[in-house]
Amino acid sequence: MKQFGAFIKKEFYHILRDRRTVLIVLVMPVVLIVLFGFALSTEVRNVDIAILTPEPDRTIEQIADRLDASEYFTVRQWLRTPDEIDRVMKSGEIQMVIAFGPHFSGNVLTPDGSQMQLVVDASDSNMAQSYVSYASGIIADFSRELAATGGGQGIETQVQFLYNPQMKSAYNFVPGIMGLIMMLICAMMTSISIVREKEMGTMEVLLVSPVRPVYIVVSKMVPYFVLSCINLLTILLLSVFVLKVPVAGSLAALGLVSLIYIITNLSLGLLISTMAQQQVIALMFSGLLLMVPAIVLSGMVFPVESMPPLLQAISCIVPPRWYISAVRKLMIQGLPLIYAWKETVILISMAVVLIAASLKLLNNRLE
Amino acid sequence: MEEEIVIHAEELTKTFGTFTAVDHISFDVRRGEVFGFLGANGAGKTTAMRMLCGLSRPTSGIGTVAGYDIVRQAEKIKRNIGYMSQKFSLYEDLRVWENIRLYAGIYGMHDREIAEKTDALLERLHFTRERNTMVSQLPLGWKQKLAFSVSIFHDPAIVFLDEPTGGVDPYTRRQFWEMIYEAADRGITVFVTTHYMDEAEYCDRVSIMVDGRIEVLDTPGNLKERFGARSMDEVFHSLARKATRSE
Repeated sequence: MKQFGAFIKKEFYHILRDRRTVLIVLVMPVVLIVLFGFALSTEVRNVDIAILTPEPDRTIEQIADRLDASEYFTVRQWLRTPDEIDRVMKSGEIQMVIAFGPHFSGNVLTPDGSQMQLVVDASDSNMAQSYVSYASGIIADFSRELAATGGGQGIETQVQFLYNPQMKSAYNFVPGIMGLIMMLICAMMTSISIVREKEMGTMEVLLVSPVRPVYIVVSKMVPYFVLSCINLLTILLLSVFVLKVPVAGSLAALGLVSLIYIITNLSLGLLISTMAQQQVIALMFSGLLLMVPAIVLSGMVFPVESMPPLLQAISCIVPPRWYISAVRKLMIQGLPLIYAWKETVILISMAVVLIAASLKLLNNRLE
Repeated sequence: MEEEIVIHAEELTKTFGTFTAVDHISFDVRRGEVFGFLGANGAGKTTAMRMLCGLSRPTSGIGTVAGYDIVRQAEKIKRNIGYMSQKFSLYEDLRVWENIRLYAGIYGMHDREIAEKTDALLERLHFTRERNTMVSQLPLGWKQKLAFSVSIFHDPAIVFLDEPTGGVDPYTRRQFWEMIYEAADRGITVFVTTHYMDEAEYCDRVSIMVDGRIEVLDTPGNLKERFGARSMDEVFHSLARKATRSE
């Protein structure tokens, strides 16, 4: 046990004396959160729109005012003919045109209703989606009020965004970043640090010594475990106080699932290190086999449900997929742990399989 | 006591698939001896040494090190040997004393003992002022001397040195061999592989491996006489010429 303590101390020295790495590890989550939270926001804000109507009237003006008053849209131009749409869109002045049909006001409260069309620049399809839903929301509100005051009865389309009423993108990417960063630190850095000792030749000396190989490996994991816990805390604090994404569910449940996820990733790192002999190889392994799937297949960027069946099947073996899904349930939706039982069980089984496989490989290496 | 056998190998063999890396080697090493284990690259030296250290399981044959069986009692062997590899084996980002304490701790030495021996060692090496220096800041020759001192810090019965003087200047090599003799005088058996044939002259006895087999084993003096050679270098070349495999 004393040997083990000495080893853990040594690992902390290795990490703490490598100032640059410590800095990167501790600052990376902050940078990612700030980047995703502010710079790469997919939120709609002050989008330039134009109104197309052959004959402006009170109702149309009211709708335009309503859109303009919201923080999402700014009415820049009034167009008279449909030919003008192409020009303003191509010049980039306008991202969306709201076109009203003839006799709009007059028909609003009739059984046939009035017609309007949203014409949107869909070259960025995600953003186009958001513009449309925001605008529809505002217009639907307006028409509901109109119907109420006018005494008429209309069919209304109602869109409601659950759990994330303001459609904040932070709700979506915070779980993703948590999944990504913990994978990066636990799996990638642990494997590189073990392989580094092989490359340096110190691993051989350790293997000739009476220390049990399991101790060597486990002591490598402890500091990275601590670092990931610090990162987890940083991310949660930033998301609650800076991005205003609250932890809707139980903090304890979130912590428990995160802990399991960290252990899964540490064992993944261990497995990589038993297979790789050089740091470069370990880096390639974790870069290509972990990072890319973690970003593309985990549901962090693209929803798993809309992937082709083959990719959906592959995504099942990507640990962050399950972790991100669990965090969405526990943190954003505020569900109790029981609703994330499937994700939890899958992560635990992954950890067990990975640990068993890597310990077996580690022992085989020594033969 | 003079004849006590600390390393015993009998028909030791290691095959990887169809390739026989070590081919039925037998030899004994006596306590306090400086035993040179020579051979060209790929002759099987490292594989043989790894079997003796308990890192690799022999395909067939018997071996004992410090009285323990290399297959069944590898853990006991590990407690009783020291090891220094051709790669530099200290941690560059740890201080001199931290390296010493780490390795001493691995071998189960107590804090008091470690502290006392560390002071004595640093004094002897004239390293007292470098106690808190990062190992990465030391010149190569100093590092090698420190690495050797660390490998025998826990007073092992045998120390295995795998090409310990690679890339070191002749003056430091000379000092290094003085340290090896000192260790042998203290009763530590030294099992050393080397490429430098002038170093082979310093050994009590040497064996020369060719293609996985031990071709000759004797004192440097007897070998030179037998081959009518003036130096070990000539002995080595007349044997190495017979090799059919190379790396």
